[in-house]
Amino acid sequence: MWAWFHKLGSPRWFYRISDLCLPWLTVAGLLFLVVGVVWGLLFAPPDYKQGNSFRIFYLHVPTAVIALVGYYVMAIAGAVSLIWKMKLADIVMKEAAVIGALLTFLALFTGAVWGKPTWGTWWVWDARVTSMLILLFLYIGVIALNNAFTHPEQSGKACAVLSLVGTVNIPIIYKSVDWWYSLHQPATIKFTERSTIHPDMFWPFVVITVGFYVLYAVALMFNTQTAILEREYRTQWVRDKVQQ
Amino acid sequence: MHPQRKQRLQMVVFIVVAASLAVGLLLFALRGNINLFYPPADIAAGKAPVGQAIRAGGMVRAGSVVRAPDSLKVQFVITDYAADLTVHYEGILPDMFAEEEGAVVAGMLNDQGELMATEVLAKHDENYMPPEVAETLHPKVDAQHRGGYGQ
Repeated sequence: MWAWFHKLGSPRWFYRISDLCLPWLTVAGLLFLVVGVVWGLLFAPPDYKQGNSFRIFYLHVPTAVIALVGYYVMAIAGAVSLIWKMKLADIVMKEAAVIGALLTFLALFTGAVWGKPTWGTWWVWDARVTSMLILLFLYIGVIALNNAFTHPEQSGKACAVLSLVGTVNIPIIYKSVDWWYSLHQPATIKFTERSTIHPDMFWPFVVITVGFYVLYAVALMFNTQTAILEREYRTQWVRDKVQQ
Repeated sequence: MHPQRKQRLQMVVFIVVAASLAVGLLLFALRGNINLFYPPADIAAGKAPVGQAIRAGGMVRAGSVVRAPDSLKVQFVITDYAADLTVHYEGILPDMFAEEEGAVVAGMLNDQGELMATEVLAKHDENYMPPEVAETLHPKVDAQHRGGYGQ
C-alpha cells in the first residue's frame, strides 16, 4: 500500500513526472486564466451597486482562496516531512511558503485596491484583514526560519512545526466575518447554500479560479524541480541532467 | 505503520490540537475586543465608553441623511433595528455610502449620546448582480443607486 507513497517521495521520480505534466498544465492554466479574465473583465455585467469596481472580485477572491488552500498544502507537506522524513515533502513545504506569501500579498493588495472605492479606505484593522495579515507573517516566518539555517536539511523540522501551528489561523480567517463584526462582508461563494452572485458573474469566476489552481500547481512543481536540482546536485542523475 | 512514524504522527496531531486549543481560548477571552465596531444597541445600553474613540456600525436609516446646505456637514442615523444612533460628520462620504446600506463610523460619543464621527466607511454586502436583475428584484433600491453607479 505504501509503495506508491514512497515512490512519490523520490525527487528523481517527481522530477520526471512533473517534466511530463508541466507543459500541459501550463497551457491549460494560462488558457483558463486568459478566458476567465477576458470574460470577467470585459463581458460579465457590472454590479448594480458597485459598477465596474466589483470586477476586482475576479482577482481578489481566487488569490485569497488559494492563499488559504496553499497554507494547507504547506502544512500537510510539513507533516509528511516530519513523519516520514521525506525530502520531497520538505522541499514542497518550503516552496509552498514562497508562493503562498506572494498570493497572500496579492490578496491583501487587491483587497486594498477594492476597499478604497467601496469602503472608502484601503486598510482597516477588522478581523478578516488582520487575520489575513497574520497569514502573510506566518508564510514569511516559514521562509525566514528556513533561511536562518545554514543547510536546508536542518530547517525542515522547525519550518514544519511553525506551519502546523499556523493552521489554526485558516478557519479563523474563513469564519472571521461571521464570528465578529467586521467591515469585510460575509462570504459570497458558499458551499452549503446558494452563492449570492448572479450566474452571469459567477461562471467567469469559476474559470479564473480553475486557472489559478492549475497555475498554482505549475508554480509549485516548477519551483520544486528547481529546488531538487539545487539540493541533489551531488547525485549522478542531476549531473547528467545539467550536462545535457 | 512503523512505530516511530506513528509516534511522530501523534506529535503532529498534538501540535495542531494544542495550538488550536490555545488560540481558541485566547480568541474566546478577547471576543469582545476583536469586533471592529459596536452595534447601536450596545451603545444605547451604555456598553461603549464615552469620551474615547470608538467605532459604531449598522444600517443607515432611510430618510435620515441631512446635509447642511453651506458646508460638508452631514447628519444621519445608523441602526441595528434594535436601537438608533445619530451620527454627525464633516467631510466627504464614500461613494458607496447610501441609505439602507451598511456603514461603519469612527469617532467619540458626546454627552447627548450622539457620535461625532471623524471617519465614515461604507460597508457593502455579499450580493452581486447585474443592474437589470436588481431592477426587477427591487425597483426602488435600484433607483436610489442609479446616481452612484457607473461613475
